[in-house]
Amino acid sequence: MQMAVQASTRTEFIRGMQAGMSIAIGYLPVALTFGLLAKTTGLTFIETVLMSIMVFAGAAQYISLSLLASGIGIGIIIFNTFIVNIRHFLMSASLNEKMEKDSLAKKAVYAFGLTDETFAVIAAREGKSTTSFAYGVMLVAYGSWVINSGAGHLIGASIPMFLQAAMSIALYAMFVGLLMPSLKKSAKVVYLALVAAAVNCLFTFTGVLETGWAIVASTLISAVLVEIMVAGRKKVGII
Amino acid sequence: MSMAMFILIIGMAIVTYIPRMLPLTLLEGIELPVFFQSVLRNIPYAVLGALIFPGILLIRQGDLWFGVAGTAAAFAIAWTGANVMIVVMGSIVVLSFYLLVL
Repeated sequence: MQMAVQASTRTEFIRGMQAGMSIAIGYLPVALTFGLLAKTTGLTFIETVLMSIMVFAGAAQYISLSLLASGIGIGIIIFNTFIVNIRHFLMSASLNEKMEKDSLAKKAVYAFGLTDETFAVIAAREGKSTTSFAYGVMLVAYGSWVINSGAGHLIGASIPMFLQAAMSIALYAMFVGLLMPSLKKSAKVVYLALVAAAVNCLFTFTGVLETGWAIVASTLISAVLVEIMVAGRKKVGII
Repeated sequence: MSMAMFILIIGMAIVTYIPRMLPLTLLEGIELPVFFQSVLRNIPYAVLGALIFPGILLIRQGDLWFGVAGTAAAFAIAWTGANVMIVVMGSIVVLSFYLLVL
């Protein structure tokens, strides 16, 4: 019995690492560029890698560089980081519904690895997700982020320009690949994705909200509206 | 390393970790009202929609067609039922082609 449990834990971890590979590829150009930008902003190699090790947040790290370059105080940069990452409150609460029960200590550990991308991979899975699967996904994503940040500082973005430009599609293509199976199966998923995409486009192109807030607002609006709509239809007996 | 940079990194680490950690730990074992549970279960699909659009169209500044080509490639490959890694690699190949050949 003990052996069976161990084996499935291991399988789940390996499955997680496999699922994390597409994130690792997607992070490659982003992290290389981060490392290079950090160098040109004046960060040392140690500072660059330490930031990626401790923070592990692409958007926030990029913004911190541009704020540092314009000489803005560290208090404001930290505050900005918090604002940019507020969307993770939402993802963390949603992930809690998705994950198997586990000790608070383990949950506090994998909470560190929650990014837009790891959340998408873990939450797009069918059924409940396991702690081991989450560890696997996050370890591969984190490894790619930290190692490639360092590589970017040391050797620059040393992949051909055309390939680097083409690789900027990677994370988006991954999101599309994660969404598609559910899109095909469920009309509700189509509504959820479409409404959120449309509202986010509206916020982005009118410039009403900054990116971090725009994603939070459009996700919440869509998740609540579609739920009310579907619940309403059920009551009238349409579905 | 300068003290200021060290404080900055620690500060950023803390304010990044808090939103990731609080809901996962505070909500453990708590049964939320059904409506909230449903909304939370909707979030992955809604968030994917918002993460994809409009970002995917704007991956190359000043070249909307590059984004459109990438979007078309990703959706077309995913539609065939290919796994995520194939969707990622295929889209990269299509866009490399776009840059090198077109």
